[in-house]
Amino acid sequence: MRYSGLRVLAEGLRGNRGWRPAWRKPAPRPGYDAIIIGGGGHGLATAYYLARNHGLTNVAVLEKGWLGGGNIGRNTTIVRANYFLPGNSEFYSFSLKLWEGMERELNYNVMHSQRGLINLFHSDGQRDAFARRGNMMRAQGDDAVLLDREGVRRMLPRLDYEQARFPIYGGLYHPRGGTARHDAVAWGYARAADARGVDLIENCEVTGIDIRDGRVKGVQTTRGAIWAPKVGIVVAGRSSQVAAMAGMRLPIESHVLQAFVTEGLKPALDHVVSFGMGHFYISQSDKGGLVFGGDLDFYASYAARGNLPMVEHVMEAGMTLMPMIGRAKVLRSWGGIMDMSPDGSPVIDRTGVEGLYVNCGWNYGGFKAVPASGWSMAHLMATGQPWHDAAHFRLDRFRTGRGLMDEEGTGAQHNLH
Amino acid sequence: MRIPCPCCGWRDRREFTYYGHETFLHRPAPDAGAEAWDDYLHNRENPAGPTRDLWYHDPCGSWVVVARDTVTHAVAGGEGLA
Ligand SMILES: Cc1cc2nc3c(=O)[nH]c(=O)nc-3n(C[C@H](O)[C@H](O)[C@H](O)COP(=O)(O)OP(=O)(O)OC[C@H]3O[C@@H](n4cnc5c(N)ncnc54)[C@H](O)[C@@H]3O)c2cc1C
Ligand SMILES: [Zn+2]
Repeated sequence: MRYSGLRVLAEGLRGNRGWRPAWRKPAPRPGYDAIIIGGGGHGLATAYYLARNHGLTNVAVLEKGWLGGGNIGRNTTIVRANYFLPGNSEFYSFSLKLWEGMERELNYNVMHSQRGLINLFHSDGQRDAFARRGNMMRAQGDDAVLLDREGVRRMLPRLDYEQARFPIYGGLYHPRGGTARHDAVAWGYARAADARGVDLIENCEVTGIDIRDGRVKGVQTTRGAIWAPKVGIVVAGRSSQVAAMAGMRLPIESHVLQAFVTEGLKPALDHVVSFGMGHFYISQSDKGGLVFGGDLDFYASYAARGNLPMVEHVMEAGMTLMPMIGRAKVLRSWGGIMDMSPDGSPVIDRTGVEGLYVNCGWNYGGFKAVPASGWSMAHLMATGQPWHDAAHFRLDRFRTGRGLMDEEGTGAQHNLH
Repeated sequence: MRIPCPCCGWRDRREFTYYGHETFLHRPAPDAGAEAWDDYLHNRENPAGPTRDLWYHDPCGSWVVVARDTVTHAVAGGEGLA
């Protein structure tokens, strides 16, 4: 069933009785050409591009819960291509281009809104660093504009420009940055993958990975054994547990990141804004809620909920930047489990086991990566070769020290990202 | 979340800085080779459940090995490091 404005109108007139479920609910078959473990954004996109780009349609996505119940449905929905280092820069640039064609590609409204992203800076040193980043973005072919204080004030009149502690010096404006409806991205890829024949199997937890003579043979699940010559591990915060089923130890530590949303307000903030002092970023959803977040809670956690000190810190940073939000009531807060890598950059690579591939290490920034990660993972699984824009995402970079991508320049160590 | 410090007793999490899994206590010999150092610096068991990790109590400067659960956030106890 194709979705369109006309269809919405026609269904509205007919009492919306014609809609059908967006994807089937198949029982697992005994085997597939490829299995994707994990039905988050990255897993669903991988399955879709396996079918679309490589004609591999005998594919299953195995999800232990329901599709989109992980980080894909918990993030603050920021989509941008403002990375600095070679390896990351071309990858996120490619990803943003896929975002720009996504709705047509999937025939699904993901509410991708390129409302522009403004990263504020508060000192001369920060300005220099952001000017340099902006130049790197432009060198990559993306867009970046350095705004002075008045330029920021024109676009963001509701920030506090008076305070002396963290004065706003200006901002790096990335016009093509923005937001998208996170759940819709999962649903859109799910529906489009299903339409190409991919089996999406929910409530199916992978409990073991079968390996013989160094080759993957399939997986054990709560719904029985399923064989496949190719298996991709795409489970974000649970990467360590699933990789351990194949005898691997990954360079991943799982941490909780929180986010918050207020009651709906009238339009108050047209762009995505990040505060350069104290980690804080904010945007306004189409429903009017202010969506914001800050740092990790900063200790290993699988609790999917955070602690109060970080709640307090985020609220303080928000009040410092934009005192008007103090009047809004926070409706909800939640947490997601982030797969943190030592250098803050991801992994899309083969493993020591033939036919077994791993996609992890998205830290707190994997939502914007969904299309390019799926594309690159599918390319790797189908051809055995890395996609060129993702060729730096190697697992062995930590051991060799070659090709580390430490955007923050803090060192490739777990507790620093 | 409250964490036990050997000097100061149970204190609020805000007073502590997290360092990471207790793996950091098992530093390999300088010539142990790339695999051992990779394991020490980067690779982690990353358990979902009971874990032991290192925290630093900022006010008194004690290092604490904390036994806690990464799923429930329950803290079972802690030992000071000499
Ligand atoms: C609060 C918050 C804010 C964020 N903000 C942003 C942002 O603004 N911009 C941005 O780019 N990124 C952001 N992120 C990061 C982004 O959401 C993640 O990096 C990304 O969603 C991770 O990939 P995924 O969608 O595939 O993960 P998930 O949706 O977590 O998918 C993994 C799936 O694997 C399943 N699984 C796990 N184990 C098994 C098993 N044994 N068997 C079967 N299935 C299994 C899980 O149930 C889950 O559904 C944010 C994250 C959080 C938590
Ligand atoms: Zn103490």
